[in-house]
Amino acid sequence: TGKKEIDPAILEQMEEVMLTSDVGVKTTQAILERLREGMAKNELSDADAVWAALRAEATRILSIGGPRPAKEKPLVVLMVGVNGVGKTTTIGKLATKWSADGKKVVLAAGDTFRAAAVQQLEVWGKRVGAEVVKGKEGADPGAVAFEATKKANEAGADVLLVDTAGRLHTKVNLMEEIKKVKRTIAKAMDGAPHETLLVLDATTGQNALTQAALFKEALELNGLILTKLDGTAKGGVVLGVCDELKVPVRYIGLGERAEDLREFVAADFVEALFGKDDGEAEAA
Amino acid sequence: MFDAIAKGFRQAKNRLAGLTELTEQNIETALREVRLSLLEADVELGVVKVFLARVKEKALGEVVRVRAKGQGGETMKVSAADQFVKICHDEIIEFMTGEGPALTFAEKGITGIMMVGLQGSGKTTSSAKLARYLQKDGKKPLLVAADMQRPAAVEQLQVLGKSVDIPVFNIPGESPVAICEKAEAEAKRLGRDVIIYDTAGRLAIDEALMQELADIKTKVEPENILLVVDAMIGQDAVKVSKGFHDRLSLTGVVLTKLDGDARGGAAMSVKEVTGAAVRFAGIGEGTDKFEEFRPEGMASRVLGM
Ligand SMILES: Nc1nc2c(ncn2[C@@H]2O[C@H](COP(=O)(O)OP(=O)(O)OP(=O)(O)O)[C@@H](O)[C@H]2O)c(=O)[nH]1
Ligand SMILES: Nc1nc2c(ncn2[C@@H]2O[C@H](COP(=O)(O)OP(=O)(O)OP(=O)(O)O)[C@@H](O)[C@H]2O)c(=O)[nH]1
Ligand SMILES: [K+]
Ligand SMILES: [Mg+2]
Ligand SMILES: [Mg+2]
Repeated sequence: TGKKEIDPAILEQMEEVMLTSDVGVKTTQAILERLREGMAKNELSDADAVWAALRAEATRILSIGGPRPAKEKPLVVLMVGVNGVGKTTTIGKLATKWSADGKKVVLAAGDTFRAAAVQQLEVWGKRVGAEVVKGKEGADPGAVAFEATKKANEAGADVLLVDTAGRLHTKVNLMEEIKKVKRTIAKAMDGAPHETLLVLDATTGQNALTQAALFKEALELNGLILTKLDGTAKGGVVLGVCDELKVPVRYIGLGERAEDLREFVAADFVEALFGKDDGEAEAA
Repeated sequence: MFDAIAKGFRQAKNRLAGLTELTEQNIETALREVRLSLLEADVELGVVKVFLARVKEKALGEVVRVRAKGQGGETMKVSAADQFVKICHDEIIEFMTGEGPALTFAEKGITGIMMVGLQGSGKTTSSAKLARYLQKDGKKPLLVAADMQRPAAVEQLQVLGKSVDIPVFNIPGESPVAICEKAEAEAKRLGRDVIIYDTAGRLAIDEALMQELADIKTKVEPENILLVVDAMIGQDAVKVSKGFHDRLSLTGVVLTKLDGDARGGAAMSVKEVTGAAVRFAGIGEGTDKFEEFRPEGMASRVLGM
């Protein structure tokens, strides 16, 4: 195919694709500005090149490096996020994955608040064959996490996954509570939790930016998990989250089953947003 | 970072401040700012366009009306900004307001209410909240646990039902359709007059599970089908609500998690594409954190005022 002329409408089309994917006004404008600069400098010679530049820019934003914990035993992972995003399910999925890798996994039922949250985690524990450490009903979540960290240590577990109750980032008392849970885990084991992961729901719009900012401020996040990407939502808001907060996406959720979890690959995610490298952008 | 949450609407107002008259030009400028504000509030892009077109038409109409009056010697008492704000505000309220009552009750016999929606939107919690709300109103609800999929979903509803002293019906090992079908006999046996069906979360594109809902609907013929929507939902609100509406003909919407700081633009998107209005608001995790939805309060929130 021959080279195409740059249609000024192309930026408008890109804007539309980004806005309808929840990228948000601010990030969309910032990305388009960078592309415009490229076009002004005549670096981008045709429509394909502009789309390629958009994909490259998005991939760059999402490719956040940083150290990953390696040899901690047990590796303690604290799962946090607002209500209903998929924390407990993601713990079940990660437990499945790590068990299959031959690791000994323990789960901590740190959601002592929501109705039947402990039973939900216990179902996952049974499926995976992982021990679930739980407290009495209405127990202090910090106490459960402390107990679980001790137990995981004694049992020689490789991984401890700590479930927590959903909490809106705007609720000061609940954010204080989760900070305390984190501090309590550190008392049970030096350096733990090694990973504090924020779960974001791909159907969420611009509110995800505030969620990530406030959870990061409270807990110093190591990574993000983006769930529910098996639906029609694109999860474009993570572009803004990654651009502003520099917290990497670690995993994506693609369904409700144990095996519906993937490592995050920036290029694949960008392709789902903006279409494939060859040919037209068909994202929408 | 919080500056990123555009104060577009305030800016639109500022651009008009001091101006005594709405004109074609200043309306255009103000509309651009409102567009940004609505997008930041997660109103879907297509719905934003429809909204702006309506506001523009009304604002231009106002220009004409005021000019005509002006020639008649009348003096302007409100500023252009105030006029414009009022037009936007009124239009949003109109966008979100539903006709008729929030719920339809069966003339005789038992009233059915089906709760449907995406995973984690708040169906189970809202089922218990709605049951409690109706009980306070003198009704005798029965909760039906028809989510046989999500781990411990039945137990969750049982715990919630117990906390508000409302019976919960389920048949272990049965299919959701069969459970719903048998609930009416149980309601009669227990002398209950409203049945609330809590269904499993599902994607609107999941054909098999959407068929299951359609089958439940056919079997129990509920008077009400409420879509439960998370106030934090973004652009996907349109595809989701359209997907559910096309299969089930929604009668209303419950907007949950409004106790956070989400602007809740979905309230506009969902109504625009389905005609089903938000009827109830979830404002916390407790079963008492539930109220009738008020479009007036929501309009300011969506506009970021
Ligand atoms: N389609 C889809 N559904 C998911 C995914 N991850 C989780 N879910 C579903 O989302 C719903 C909520 O998941 P949970 O794991 O209970 O979420 P949570 O964050 O632990 O919820 P709370 O503890 O109540 O705050 C459940 O119905 C899950 O099956 C996913 O990747 N795709
Ligand atoms: N803050 C707040 N949390 C809510 C509200 N409504 C529900 N939740 C919480 O959101 C989470 C999900 O609620 P559920 O009622 O389990 O949602 P669901 O739609 O039944 O989920 P699935 O059955 O897994 O699809 C739980 O943690 C609830 O406590 C609300 O109005 N405000
Ligand atoms: K998707
Ligand atoms: Mg949970
Ligand atoms: Mg449920």
